[in-house]
Amino acid sequence: MDKSTFEEQTTISGPMHTRLRHDSAHKHVAGTADYIDDMPEPAGTLHGALGLTDRAHAEILEMDLSAVAALPGVVCVLSASDMPHSNDISPSHLHDEPVLADGRVQFHGQPAFAVIAETREIARRAARLAKITYRDLPHLIDVADAMVQGGELVTQPLTLQRGDAEGELERAPRRLKGQMRIGGQEHFYLEGHIALAIPGEDDEMTVWSSTQHPSEIQHMVAHVLGVPSNAVTVNVRRMGGGFGGKETQGNQFAALAAVAARKLRRAVKFRPDRDDDMMATGKRHDFLVDYDVGFDDEGRIHAVHANYAARCGYSSDLSGPVTDRALFHADSSYSYPHVKLTSQPLKTNTVSNTAYRGFGGPQGMVGAERIIEEIAYALGKDPLEIRKLNFYGEKGSGRDVTPYHQKIEDNIIHRIVGELEASADYQARRAAIIDFNKSSRVIRKGIALTPVKFGISFTMTAFNQAGALVHIYQDGSVHLNHGGTEMGQGLYTKVAQVLADSFQIDIDRVKITATTTGKVPNTSATAASSGSDLNGMAAFDAARQIKDRLVAFAAERWQTTPEHVTFVANHVKIGEELVPFPDFIRQAYTARIQLSAAGFYKTPKIHWDRATGRGTPFYYFAYGAAVSEVSIDTLTGEYLIDRVDVLHDVGRSLNPAIDLGQIEGGFVQGMGWLTTEELWWDEKGRLRTHAPSTYKIPLASDRPKIFNVRLAEWSENAEKTIGRSKAVGEPPFMLPISVLEALSMAVASVADYRECPRLDTPATPERILMAVERLRRM
Amino acid sequence: MAQASDSIRFILNDTEVALSDVSPTATLLDYLRLERRLTGTKEGCAEGDCGACTVLVGRLSNDGENGERLVYESVNACIRFVGSLNATHIVSVEHLAAQDGTLHPVQQAMVDFHGSQCGFCTPGFVMSLYGLWLTNENPSRAAIEKALQGNLCRCTGYEPIVRAAEAAARERPSAIFDPITRTREAVTARLKALRSTETIVIRKGEDCLIVPADATGLATVLDEHPTATIVAGATDVGLWVTKQMRPLNPAVFINGIAELQRIERTEVGLTIGAGVSYTAAFDALSKAYPAFGQLIDRIGGEQVRNMGTIGGNIANGSPIGDSPPPLIVLGASVSLRSKNGARTMPLEDFFIAYGKQDRKPGEFVESIFVPTLPEGDHFAAYKVSKRRDEDISALLGAFRVSLDEDNRVRTALVAFGGMAATPKRAKAVEAALIGQPWSEETIHAAQAALESDYQPITDWRATSAYRMLAAKNLLMRFFLESTGETVQLQRFEDVA
Repeated sequence: MDKSTFEEQTTISGPMHTRLRHDSAHKHVAGTADYIDDMPEPAGTLHGALGLTDRAHAEILEMDLSAVAALPGVVCVLSASDMPHSNDISPSHLHDEPVLADGRVQFHGQPAFAVIAETREIARRAARLAKITYRDLPHLIDVADAMVQGGELVTQPLTLQRGDAEGELERAPRRLKGQMRIGGQEHFYLEGHIALAIPGEDDEMTVWSSTQHPSEIQHMVAHVLGVPSNAVTVNVRRMGGGFGGKETQGNQFAALAAVAARKLRRAVKFRPDRDDDMMATGKRHDFLVDYDVGFDDEGRIHAVHANYAARCGYSSDLSGPVTDRALFHADSSYSYPHVKLTSQPLKTNTVSNTAYRGFGGPQGMVGAERIIEEIAYALGKDPLEIRKLNFYGEKGSGRDVTPYHQKIEDNIIHRIVGELEASADYQARRAAIIDFNKSSRVIRKGIALTPVKFGISFTMTAFNQAGALVHIYQDGSVHLNHGGTEMGQGLYTKVAQVLADSFQIDIDRVKITATTTGKVPNTSATAASSGSDLNGMAAFDAARQIKDRLVAFAAERWQTTPEHVTFVANHVKIGEELVPFPDFIRQAYTARIQLSAAGFYKTPKIHWDRATGRGTPFYYFAYGAAVSEVSIDTLTGEYLIDRVDVLHDVGRSLNPAIDLGQIEGGFVQGMGWLTTEELWWDEKGRLRTHAPSTYKIPLASDRPKIFNVRLAEWSENAEKTIGRSKAVGEPPFMLPISVLEALSMAVASVADYRECPRLDTPATPERILMAVERLRRM
Repeated sequence: MAQASDSIRFILNDTEVALSDVSPTATLLDYLRLERRLTGTKEGCAEGDCGACTVLVGRLSNDGENGERLVYESVNACIRFVGSLNATHIVSVEHLAAQDGTLHPVQQAMVDFHGSQCGFCTPGFVMSLYGLWLTNENPSRAAIEKALQGNLCRCTGYEPIVRAAEAAARERPSAIFDPITRTREAVTARLKALRSTETIVIRKGEDCLIVPADATGLATVLDEHPTATIVAGATDVGLWVTKQMRPLNPAVFINGIAELQRIERTEVGLTIGAGVSYTAAFDALSKAYPAFGQLIDRIGGEQVRNMGTIGGNIANGSPIGDSPPPLIVLGASVSLRSKNGARTMPLEDFFIAYGKQDRKPGEFVESIFVPTLPEGDHFAAYKVSKRRDEDISALLGAFRVSLDEDNRVRTALVAFGGMAATPKRAKAVEAALIGQPWSEETIHAAQAALESDYQPITDWRATSAYRMLAAKNLLMRFFLESTGETVQLQRFEDVA
């Protein structure tokens, strides 16, 4: 046997815990990575466009689509009654979300019809020719208005309660009440929504969809068409970004493409224009938080009572679990001895809001950090001091129970914050900034350190499962499919690393192809940061099954015991003999060993009883902290982010390069949410910030001028996750709460830090300047 | 074979193309993706704001100062019309890697530094970085950020892309490797041969596009088609097509007219041709009026500055155009020309009302003259926007004062954009300043006068209250700056 090779190569390329580039990086930069719109179109492909309404709330009296249909090149026009089986794509199964508006318009921009034409341009042009007669109905756009006007809800609210919040608020030495507005956010994935439906024989329909949730697209398409799920196959190789915006929002495009494809027996593609995409699909929920906190002169919190009201839009979509998760994170990293938290998922005449990175958690945490700020300014202390005083204690300290009665068993926030405070030189810099502000008339600075603790798992327990399908072919090459989708987060790379590691083969022997419902069924959305936790484990399980068979085969063939069979650097070691992996596989094939397996994983330990507000909804927590320093211009409210230091916990990183990318990218995206990204509706309920010309996500020149990001390399997941790693998609999104608070400190300097600036978000230059003015007059 | 006068001829990567069946509204992006199946170039927004469709356009430039040379500039293919491409070299992302698949240094650096995540914006970034790589061998962080102002990435937070740009700059393999460097001379010759000496006219159905070869040809065309849409950089007109789906009939593309590209500098001032892009005007303007240079850095992204023209910014009469307020306080005049002759007027008189300018049918803006700033005059222009770069102004203030020997205000010119339906002088403010001591008290009085000059509106960019307050504060900033105080945030010491 070939021992020399083994001596040269004792390790493989691309195992777990190594820095590895994204599996598509080469194709990305060469322009050869195919997104759905880049795929060759089947002959005769038709193109769809949405017909949008222009009322926030109205009854449709008449819809004259004759001019639409008459435009040369238009093939057909679809309205609600053309849905073959059902006009409902409600992901919450509350039957409150029509594919196309049926008689009633519930938000400005709601699609009421769809045009199918020979070209996309003709379809778009035709969509503007409809004459719709409306009878206007009163509309509610804003959260505050919705609260006042009856407070109709889209789904059941949640209450989390522990101890006697009301009583302890009365008894606390000090008490503060306030309100905070937290803005929403457009996902602004660079690739917009798209679906390509290709009809097959009988009932069959193949849909290529830019979706984070292929199984749901499959179910929705089947439901709307009235065919069993086994007739529909949904594929997605990659998305140009998702961020939660493609968890449920792709349903309408896939459903419409499939309905048209079925009707016309031709392939149909839907790719909305950016403006249509931004108007017709949901966003992050904005919140109005009312808080009431009781504390003592030291700053220790005795009790918190808070209500989280959210603009959910016209239908439930994912608003239930989103507002739930806001409450799950309304404690941030702090122990509330007595607490009552309520959610208020309000119905409004706006697009139905949806999942977005963090899924309500960021809004919950921003509210909590505001409470800390209030206490700090009331007592004239550094908010960091108040934070440390109120952090959850160690396991068993009695200060380790959350408002949902889960005990925190893996708390590392003290160490994270302590290390960062030292490495970022927080105390000295804060002192220098206070000094600077004394003598600077126009430019003011601020600094803040904020923590992150984020619960990992879907709160809907059933979603915490995953499957994977692994084949080894006769040449020793490995083919992998799993239920997760690739949207840039490097999931395919990480799961391929798991397989390379399991079989001890170089990663370039592992190929992952498009996620497809035909290979791995009943998948959960790639969401809740769960992608590598769930799919990594499922792939690991599939590999384990195959390896068990291979080991048994080797032990029998080489007349040894299973302990003497190991997988080492592209070889299988049997006793003292080294067999190259491909040779070994060929022998196993010849011996008729099954070289394929379906792996499965379900997260252990978790349970959640929503009715009582008690349980263990999270398998573990991911932690982190950031220090941000900013400068503001008190004449215009403009600002710069001067420096950011991050220390973040990803357990034992599966791929430090990818994890750092998630942290840096998540930070900047979260910073955009809290600073320049503003959704603005006019009095008619029209969203006027529906394109990048009016909706401003961060640019390269907005990122922190100095940006130091480190992983907490000593961290290891206390739970048995894949390679003891931790999820990384969402937690870093909340690190830039430190930016908001640093801006707040800079504002506070104009009134000598006596007043909490109560800066709402997004903290646009306008909000900064207006807060400066308000404080100057105090 | 198509005749020179009935086809648009250009080079696409390696291939020479002649198109005689082009709609005036056909975009380069659709041409690349739908007709050539070059799908590396992506559509992210179709309005020139995200950069996913960035390609390089090579053209023979002659601004009168440096002689004729081949320059490559990043542009947004989504709002670049095919009709504007005659005698250009289009370079798309597919052209970068070598035949054997070896990546270009900018591509390899993006891989090595993890500059892509979802990858959708990546080809656009690669092209912007390539544009920078070609022109700047040692770019500062400020220069890199400036080159990337027109590219949005939602995944990476940009840090790895900036690192990639720095690393790529250090990689200078033999010139033979680089596809543009390798072919510079040949392409120059080919582009010269592709230039048309006559007006190109292409009809498609009812639609018509016209490309005059020179200013005289343009005057003749406009005489025949007085209501034609004149398209220079298309950074505004592009959106009429991609977003409003408006017809352009006929469309007259003027970006290739050499006479409109000239910049002339004399002792009395600067004459800028109407077809001069922001990028081309940057050096001359920032030398003569440094505050203007800083402002240009905040107009659009690099791609928009490469396409957009100062003439177009004036001719479209937008109330939030960024160049009119500073040009007005500098005393600029605008020259209009038609077949019947030319006339010149003060720029501020050109703006009559919202959407209405003093341009007669058949006329076109030929040039802008900006007088030299007299010694001792203080001049500044400040833009305020939600996002610092690549954003449309919430408001923009331009200020110019001269003081007498007693430190009293001798002359004062103040104009704002975003405060009224047109770029407009603040005459009450000026009156409150003139003759007064140059002091904070005077500024306070002038701030109050702003309220009689403007009643700004509330919209998604800003509320009326903010616009008014910030406008008053800009006046204070101007004063404080004239006394030497540091009152502006600066991300970098070195302005790119």
